[in-house]
Amino acid sequence: MNISDPKDVFRQEAQDLLAQLEAVLLDLEHRPDDIELIDSAFRALHTIKGSGSMFGFEAVAAFTHHVETAFDRVRKGSVAPSRDLIAVALQAQDHMRSLIDNQEAADTRTGDAILTALQRVFDAPEAVSPAAAPTPQEATWRIRMRLPADVMANGTNPLLLLDELRGLGTATITALTDDIPPLAEINPTECYLGWDVVLSTSQPKSAIEDVFIFVRDEMSLEIERLDVCDPVPRIGEILTDLQYASKDAVDAGLAQQKPLGEILVKAGEVSPDKLASALAEQQHLQRENVAQKASTHATIRVPAERLDELMDRVGELVIAQSRLRQITKSGVDPQATSVAEEIERLVLELRDTTMGIRMVPIGSLFGRFRRVVHDLSRDLGKHVALTMEGEETELDKTVIEQLNDPLVHLIRNAIDHGIEDPDVRAAAGKPSEGRILLAARHAGTEVLITVRDDGRGLNRERIRARAVERGLLPAGTEIPDNELFQVLFQPGFSTAEKVTSLSGRGVGMDVVKRTVEALRSKIDIASPPSGGTSVTLRLPLTLAIIDGLLVRIGNGRYVLPLGTVEECVELTAAADAQSRGRSFLNIRGELVPFMRLRELFACKTPPDEFQKVVIVSSGDLKVGLVVDQVIGDHQTVIKSLSKLHSDIAMFSGATILGDGTVAMILDVPHLVEYGQVREERLKAVG
Amino acid sequence: MAKTILSVDDSASMRQMVKLTLAAAGYDVIEACDGNQGLATARGRAVDMVLTDLNMPGMDGVSLIRELRKLPTYTGIPIILLTTESDAIRKQEAKSAGATGWITKPFQPEQLVSVAKKVIGQ
Repeated sequence: MNISDPKDVFRQEAQDLLAQLEAVLLDLEHRPDDIELIDSAFRALHTIKGSGSMFGFEAVAAFTHHVETAFDRVRKGSVAPSRDLIAVALQAQDHMRSLIDNQEAADTRTGDAILTALQRVFDAPEAVSPAAAPTPQEATWRIRMRLPADVMANGTNPLLLLDELRGLGTATITALTDDIPPLAEINPTECYLGWDVVLSTSQPKSAIEDVFIFVRDEMSLEIERLDVCDPVPRIGEILTDLQYASKDAVDAGLAQQKPLGEILVKAGEVSPDKLASALAEQQHLQRENVAQKASTHATIRVPAERLDELMDRVGELVIAQSRLRQITKSGVDPQATSVAEEIERLVLELRDTTMGIRMVPIGSLFGRFRRVVHDLSRDLGKHVALTMEGEETELDKTVIEQLNDPLVHLIRNAIDHGIEDPDVRAAAGKPSEGRILLAARHAGTEVLITVRDDGRGLNRERIRARAVERGLLPAGTEIPDNELFQVLFQPGFSTAEKVTSLSGRGVGMDVVKRTVEALRSKIDIASPPSGGTSVTLRLPLTLAIIDGLLVRIGNGRYVLPLGTVEECVELTAAADAQSRGRSFLNIRGELVPFMRLRELFACKTPPDEFQKVVIVSSGDLKVGLVVDQVIGDHQTVIKSLSKLHSDIAMFSGATILGDGTVAMILDVPHLVEYGQVREERLKAVG
Repeated sequence: MAKTILSVDDSASMRQMVKLTLAAAGYDVIEACDGNQGLATARGRAVDMVLTDLNMPGMDGVSLIRELRKLPTYTGIPIILLTTESDAIRKQEAKSAGATGWITKPFQPEQLVSVAKKVIGQ
């Protein structure tokens, strides 16, 4: 391993710190009283200054020094973090970034201008920031609640009380069933359960007591504060602390050197429920511990190319393994077979783990757009609030990186074309602040990313007129919205009357389309009459390895992505005979068109006697593909086709089979589309 | 489906204030102007929560609670009492009669909504 240049390490670290600073500044805009945020901005600046001068980034250090001084005053409360201050600080943050990237090239005048602006903000007469309330510290509480028997008859629902506790923070709830009488003696209106709750919350103790306000006098309630310490207390300590077991019993149990809980339960010292409660408390503390640690440090930084290398190796391993499986399948040696099976399991696990490493939550990408939205809406004089959903959705890292540009385009479009000016919005009875939603979610083997705005929506007539004018559509045709909107992706297509600095030139959307298609993805656009526009990108989970279904057509073998396969049926002689002109299969009442891949691939060998139909789906559409033989599932490492073959739309790639031969991977969405279109054509003919 | 709250109060202004507040929070509100009428309404249909004043002509709040708790369909239905600070003894009486909770007059509209949320959820 080569030893990294300390300057590069600093650059890397500074980029992280600046990204962190940016996020903090943007948060600060909404929560100017949050001392924690101001502190964290100050710390980031301080570190950049300190490390900068150490590694020879003098200009960075000098510039950052001024900004740090400014934030010191904010921290001491003599200046409030106003919107103007944050805007300047964001500019300063950008300047630091360019200084770090290239010290010499950076313009000192830019830096000076920012510092002057900073000074101006500070000199502006402004009310001294109100003494910011200290952010409440999170604490963990042990709550033991025993409700009176008639509590439910009197109209209190214990579940709502528990829900209310859950609403306060992270709660671990254990029900104690010890007091439930035999079935014959149960009065269904009485409450026999008790609950032990461990709650981590930033709310004060009084908030917990308030939950029980109506039943406080009749019930037994104990609320104690627990320390989240490392290591977490042992189960014996918790049991004695809860007074569920005596110290003697615990000591006696410990002497037996088995899981203590089991021993005590067996000996009748503790009921299983009480043990469960103590264990739940221990786990809750453990989780809090982990959470506290995770917020500090728990990651290793690895260069991305090493991960790619690992992925390649695993890909080759998967191929080698499938060869091994083919050899051992003939059943030469039972011992070898069992080893091969063991290896197969390990390889699959290794594959999943490796892919897991490459998975990154999309929130890291989404975070960048807060700045884009902030800057753009400021430039355009529009009020825009960005909300994000599903930031935890994970996607392959390479996919995430390539999504940046298309998403920036889509967000720009939404702000520039979608969201109206504040006065237009007010006139239309909408809130003056526009909303943009950025959402990610899983759907089967795809990840859907949606950019939705609540603006004016797409103008169908204008788009249609423009498309006809440019000869993209024949005049006077009615086509569904989703198809009409696809013309937006044509290079140079724009309906904007004037070109703004941001958009209107008609470049952009075709770039979006190209990038997204390179990721084997699709775009849907919707613009409901109720207003607003939503653009959805449908991305594959990963680009490297898929589970496939191996089929044979003639002498060739082909792979279908397993996620798209609905079912396999036999092509009966009857269906075959009557389907010469029209190819439809009746699948449980649903008519599914099918295609003979033999014909499509001009296969000359005689067909197998019993042909199979693989029903595949893409979106809402289903198509049957007639093949000679369904061989079985196959781990498919995707190799992309060379540039020379990139115009062959039937195939999305190729893979190497166990015996070393190449199998083409069928591009199912394309085939489905082709099948449907062909069917419509046939319908039109007769 | 929206939850239904029966509001029993002899003061029309109070009833109106309760209705406006709870309706704005998404609850359906039906009204009765004293204990007798409240009991008759409650016998006629099921509700999710009862909100009653303490001092009313005819049947007062405590008696209403007692009567409601005798109805099998009203076991377990939350009954909230509107009371004033000075009614500590009557409040205890109402609790023994089966009241679920109380709101002290005068109160802010938000308090009313938060109590409704507390005992019957959204």
